[in-house]
Amino acid sequence: MARTTVLTPDEEATQEVRHARWQDYFQLMKPRVMSLVVFTALTGLLAARTPIHPLLGAVAVFCIAVGAGASGALNMWYDADIDAKMRRTRGRPVPAGLVKGEEAATLGVVLSILSVMLMGVAINWLAAGLLAFTIVFYAVVYTMWLKRWTAQNIVIGGLAGALPPAIGWAAATGHAPLNAWLMVLIIFLWTPPHFWALSLYIATDYAKAGVPMLPVVKGARETRKQVLLYSLILIPVCVAPVFTGLGGWLYLAVSGLGGLVFLTLAWRVFTSNAGDAADPRPADRDLYEVKDEAPAPATIDARSEGKKPLVGGAKNARNLFAFSILYLFALFAALLAEAVLNLPALELPL
Amino acid sequence: MSRKDLDPAAKARGGRNIALGLGLAAFVILVFVVTVVKLGGNVGPHF
Repeated sequence: MARTTVLTPDEEATQEVRHARWQDYFQLMKPRVMSLVVFTALTGLLAARTPIHPLLGAVAVFCIAVGAGASGALNMWYDADIDAKMRRTRGRPVPAGLVKGEEAATLGVVLSILSVMLMGVAINWLAAGLLAFTIVFYAVVYTMWLKRWTAQNIVIGGLAGALPPAIGWAAATGHAPLNAWLMVLIIFLWTPPHFWALSLYIATDYAKAGVPMLPVVKGARETRKQVLLYSLILIPVCVAPVFTGLGGWLYLAVSGLGGLVFLTLAWRVFTSNAGDAADPRPADRDLYEVKDEAPAPATIDARSEGKKPLVGGAKNARNLFAFSILYLFALFAALLAEAVLNLPALELPL
Repeated sequence: MSRKDLDPAAKARGGRNIALGLGLAAFVILVFVVTVVKLGGNVGPHF
């Protein structure tokens, strides 16, 4: 498949003097995604509450991080054409012309093999198998197939991002029981409202790149409905660990109170006009490396249907997107804290 | 020729080579240490 690199004249001029540094190769591994993967994998590893040699525990988390980075590099290789068309991704090393696509692919393949083999030899082959499945699922099933084919791309593809807690648990114990998969289910169900909230205010970017995200294919109204429906399913699942002997009182408080806020924000998105027109502001700079300015607000106003302020609708989507990150972090931080402090888990009767 | 005299491309390549070398060395050390830990008490007497 042909790859295109779209550069502005300024960027082309920069390419003449800018040479790839090792940091550019590190960027291929999506370090911010890696940090979230490390956090959830570490939580899974410690929530298992099974003693593991500290060095082996660290190696397991390291392998998961490298495996996640490898799949990120493969994603950046394959998606260079899409990344070049989107504001938040066109500064990535491959579309920016700093690193060749073939180099990114090679890095991804080599690191995939190394991380899985090391996990198998040093830890156990169940964890290695789950890690291999995660890499293949993300790089092949999601990146090469789902992302360009169906509006359900992030629903199904979300499984790859959800698996690290189970890999961590398997690394510690050699098996993956119900509670490990409950952690996976939480991240799996969290992914759709999280990404659809984001896509509601950068839908034009996805449309330009030809990515069939839900707002592009089914429209903003359907997306807002799906955000609410998935949130209604997600919150009970988030509370479920206190019935299965995984979460304690701290977790119950965080999941319950945070869940109420989550549902409130999801309801606000549902009743708003988020996504009916492009947000006049770019996506969050800190989170998504936006390099340029969005169209002037006047452009947006001209497309308004005159019901509610468009910026207000986009703000609701942004609020849910931001809170969803905080909520997931808080859930896993609570589990982590309870495991580290050896606080008792609850098994409340249903 | 000092490193200062190198052209930017050679300097960037040198940096990448050093990073790759350090990464490989770290990997070798990691595998060695993991092997020692996995073998546990069985490996100590042989040193």
